[in-house]
Amino acid sequence: MNDSAPDLRELYQEVIFDHNRQPRNFHPMPDADHQADGHNPLCGDQLTVYLHIEDGVVKDVSFVGHGCAISTASASLMTEAVKGKPVAEVEALFHDFHALLTDTPPARDFGKLAVLAGVREFPARVKCATLAWHTLHNAIVGAQAPARTE
Amino acid sequence: MSTTTPAARHTGAAPLDTAADFPILSRTVHGRRLVYLDNGATTQKPLAVVEAERRFYLESNANIHRGVHWLSQHATELYDAARATVQRFINAAHADEIVFTRGTTEAINLVAQSWGRAELRAGDEILVTAMEHHSNIVPWQLLCEQTGAVLKVVPVSDAGELDLNAFDALLTSDTQLVAITHVSNALGSINPVAELTARAHAAGAVVLVDGAQAVAHQAVDVQAIGCDFYAFSGHKLYGPTGIGALYGRGRILRAMPPWQGGGDMIRTVSFERSTWADAPQRFEAGTPNIAGAIGLAAAIDYVQDIGLERIAAHEHALLDHATAALGAIRGVRLVGTARHKAGILSFLVDGIHPHDLGTILDAEGVAIRAGHHCAMPLMTRLGIPGTARASLAMYNTTADIDALTAAIGKAQDLFGTHRHA
Repeated sequence: MNDSAPDLRELYQEVIFDHNRQPRNFHPMPDADHQADGHNPLCGDQLTVYLHIEDGVVKDVSFVGHGCAISTASASLMTEAVKGKPVAEVEALFHDFHALLTDTPPARDFGKLAVLAGVREFPARVKCATLAWHTLHNAIVGAQAPARTE
Repeated sequence: MSTTTPAARHTGAAPLDTAADFPILSRTVHGRRLVYLDNGATTQKPLAVVEAERRFYLESNANIHRGVHWLSQHATELYDAARATVQRFINAAHADEIVFTRGTTEAINLVAQSWGRAELRAGDEILVTAMEHHSNIVPWQLLCEQTGAVLKVVPVSDAGELDLNAFDALLTSDTQLVAITHVSNALGSINPVAELTARAHAAGAVVLVDGAQAVAHQAVDVQAIGCDFYAFSGHKLYGPTGIGALYGRGRILRAMPPWQGGGDMIRTVSFERSTWADAPQRFEAGTPNIAGAIGLAAAIDYVQDIGLERIAAHEHALLDHATAALGAIRGVRLVGTARHKAGILSFLVDGIHPHDLGTILDAEGVAIRAGHHCAMPLMTRLGIPGTARASLAMYNTTADIDALTAAIGKAQDLFGTHRHA
């Protein structure tokens, strides 16, 4: 394992601080038609993702919970990225986003989600950045057990 | 400074300076000097321990208790000598009261599955505390499922001290076992285990003490404590991983049934009926971690050459220094402020999640633990998801604490939280 000095600014970009301090779509959704819980027991991150899906399109999405800056910002950025998108596109984005963090990044425009690419250099934090997405996926497919990324 | 003559210089009143005995401490991490403050998770190993294991494999390796050949007898002697070293270390009355295990966790599971399954009935009660490590909770939950016994929990205060009145109230004639940690791994609180043992015995209960966080930091005398079982791990005592010990009071240990079957733990085997070896061999089925036991004995020798009183004095002085240094940083809150504490500092930094803090400190070469510290019920009790934890060992210095506080300052700069403090 490479032990050269990691660049913390690559991980903690201003967009991440912004979304950590003021998460977007950060509220419960009483009339949600899909929802799921996510939990990383190791670090205590916990969140619930709410969805309103209509005609196969994510009409609305929100989340509540608490966690580290990476997991909170990732959840917030996720809600912005998936709102208004067809469910199939959201699932494909999850797949590509996961690859961005762990594998060969696919050639596509990630928009603001690209700020999370710095997580690649911090393997211990990949699970923080993906918890919200796993939870979103569970909400879409109707999984009963809480999502976990560890 | 030579690393081949450990402890020879550790005499007199000079400050303890042992870092040179630990080769790993001279490495860098992320281009920085390694500042290792995760000793509650595992301690680093002095060269004396590494060499003892290496020497065993190079010069003495054979299986024990079965060979007619010289090398097997030699290895057996070393293994038995290691047991006697552990016995003297915790002042057990007899070497037969020491069972080698993989560590504290296996030692506690041994008591649960051997003593517990034989002795407990539905409605019996097991008393633990809210500050236990998962390894002193879950084995008892499994036992409760198997026997119908009931787990009761002694609460802790906000400062992280046991509620002794509640302890007395929860201790009843139904209490068969009190299982309690000597030192809290998450908060550093030192429990009055001798006093609690006396109260438990007066109520007719057997007492197990989890000593995982205690043995490297203070002299432990199981006869003075009076407990019936005492469990600890080698790897938190500057020894190898995969080796630990269970002390069991002879009278109780001899009456306990086996918990794992196999070679070494039997006297005779036939398809009609097998008979068991005496304790402690009865509880050591299969070829044990021979090299680990010898490495553990080397660790104990190393620690005793320096002296646990000197180690404790050094760590307490460093704890006081670190407590003051962390307390002086705006936005830092210590979690766990018991009056009697070992060298463990759990803390929170305003506006920075412990996990983020752990990553930032790591980039500065400072290794701490972030999370629930395998004490999720305690974190729930304190109303926090987890903490950052710096845990001290004999080789830590004020320079390490300076590195810690400087790195916390960098995290606050990065997060821009100074102004919110």
